[in-house]
Amino acid sequence: MARAITPRQKWTFTLVAWGIGLLIFFPILWTILTSFKTEAQAIADPPVFFAFDWTTENYTTVQERSNYFHHFMNSVIIALGSTLIGLAIAIPAAWSMAFQPARRTKDILMWMLSTKMLPPVGVLVPIYLIFRDVGLLDTRIGLVIVMTLINLPIIIWMLFTYFREIPVDILEAARMDGATLREEIIYILTPMAVPGIASTLLLNVILAWNEAFWTINLTADDAAPLTAFIASYSSPEGLFYAKLSAASTMAIAPILIIGWFSQKQLVRGLTFGAVK
Amino acid sequence: MGRIVLKKVTKSFGETNVIPPLDLEIEDGEFVVFVGPSGCGKSTLLRLIAGLEDVTSGNIEIDGTDATAAPPAKRRLAMVFQSYALYPHMTVRKNIAFPMKMAGMPEDEQKRRIDSAAKALNLTDYLDRRPGQLSGGQRQRVAIGRAIVREPAAFLFDEPLSNLDAALRVGMRLEISELHERLATTMIYVTHDQVEAMTMADKIVVLRAGHIEQVGSPLTLYREPRNLFVAGFIGSPKMNLIEGNAAAQHGAHAIGIRPEHIEVSDQSGEWQGTVMVSEHLGSDTFFHVQDTGLAETMTVRASGEVGFKHGDTIFMTPRADQLHRFGKDGLRLP
Repeated sequence: MARAITPRQKWTFTLVAWGIGLLIFFPILWTILTSFKTEAQAIADPPVFFAFDWTTENYTTVQERSNYFHHFMNSVIIALGSTLIGLAIAIPAAWSMAFQPARRTKDILMWMLSTKMLPPVGVLVPIYLIFRDVGLLDTRIGLVIVMTLINLPIIIWMLFTYFREIPVDILEAARMDGATLREEIIYILTPMAVPGIASTLLLNVILAWNEAFWTINLTADDAAPLTAFIASYSSPEGLFYAKLSAASTMAIAPILIIGWFSQKQLVRGLTFGAVK
Repeated sequence: MGRIVLKKVTKSFGETNVIPPLDLEIEDGEFVVFVGPSGCGKSTLLRLIAGLEDVTSGNIEIDGTDATAAPPAKRRLAMVFQSYALYPHMTVRKNIAFPMKMAGMPEDEQKRRIDSAAKALNLTDYLDRRPGQLSGGQRQRVAIGRAIVREPAAFLFDEPLSNLDAALRVGMRLEISELHERLATTMIYVTHDQVEAMTMADKIVVLRAGHIEQVGSPLTLYREPRNLFVAGFIGSPKMNLIEGNAAAQHGAHAIGIRPEHIEVSDQSGEWQGTVMVSEHLGSDTFFHVQDTGLAETMTVRASGEVGFKHGDTIFMTPRADQLHRFGKDGLRLP
């Protein structure tokens, strides 16, 4: 028997869901609001919500003080570069593990995942020293390498679960139907794998875009992406909430927009395998 | 044409020998069913014929040419999978067209064949849907459609009905049998369901642990099972197998009697027992009888409705001409 839902329950659930949704979104909203305040209003007690003098002065100041576009390009290069290289390595790896599993495949997968269990700060010093010695500190290439390595286990795991969902029967059916290996890849495999690869790409671009620990620790200015750009606004001269908020808003806007337009693809990517 | 000959075919996975040397001839136009319990190697055998697995040794001939090393695509065989294996991103039309597209057939010929297959399989209204929007039975028809448009030398079916519900299964069974009558193409059909085997096959191949236990027409297997395994496997409900004194009286190590070959009476008979369960099907009644001193449970089939209840004493007499006798090695005695 289907569970009956009364209108009252429905209202309650709707309210609770909206409440939780707003609660999660509130910090972002607050950041955006603060970015349009003056520094004095930003730290006003009690805080002001909407009744302040809206100003874009912070954005102008931030743009004057630092080159937003430079950091934005760094973020794009690091996020996209590390994800694309990661995919190039992970697609064949995940492919062979999904379709030609060996006796130790499961162990290898677990081992790769285990590298994510170590707190990154545990390897900060050795990696910093290596980077210093080979001259990779504050270089885009250095960060691309680190981000690739850091996200590789996740990329492989995601692709592996995707590829494993492609039934071998279907590939065999294509073989029976007379498809050559090339035709099998073009007509059957690629169309079935592309949604999975796309979700993986999106999620990893977002992960790499938002990664702050390595980007802040291994860069000064040349290769500093937007995360480091935000961090530079919490300076020892004192906190400038309004300017910090303006910098944050500028940093998260691109990824927020991409996320908004690709949310269907993203949710599918994250719940794939769990829900059928 | 579709004459398939297996010569001394073996298959091993690593150390495990799945198919010991095996010989089999399948004539053109025959409906052959591979049947056996799960893990008997029947699917492996089918996949060897299809070319999806490589033989470890031995030869496979299709229409007189050696196809042992030929890839699946070159064997002119079409396969219907248990999971249907439809291409989920293609419409029904494109699914059916795929093998023809791979063969480089002209578009108008493709269209003609799709339309005729769709008509024959009641798929005309669904040609522009995707597999995900179809029911299980419809998906299976699409899979069959994809197989027939190529006009293959033989069809291979790997447990095609086991994902369908009981009512649909009976319907599809008939459709496949009709298809065979119409096309008269060789069909090799793998199933663990001996009812499917009995109803559809021209020739049944009973397999156990990669060995062929018996090859023959359904009625040959029913009337003259070569050994105890085939005797117990073919027929529903199962043949009663009796060892000990009752068998020794007939000069055998074991005797077998099918449930439908036992006369029942409430007065007198050769054997006596207590009815534990009676199953009324209307047309028939099955009695599961215990305390006979012969076997743990004896199954008896009576025509129509016969009124024995739980706990009643029942007398049973086997029809002497229907008694099967087996030696100590399990083989049928003449």
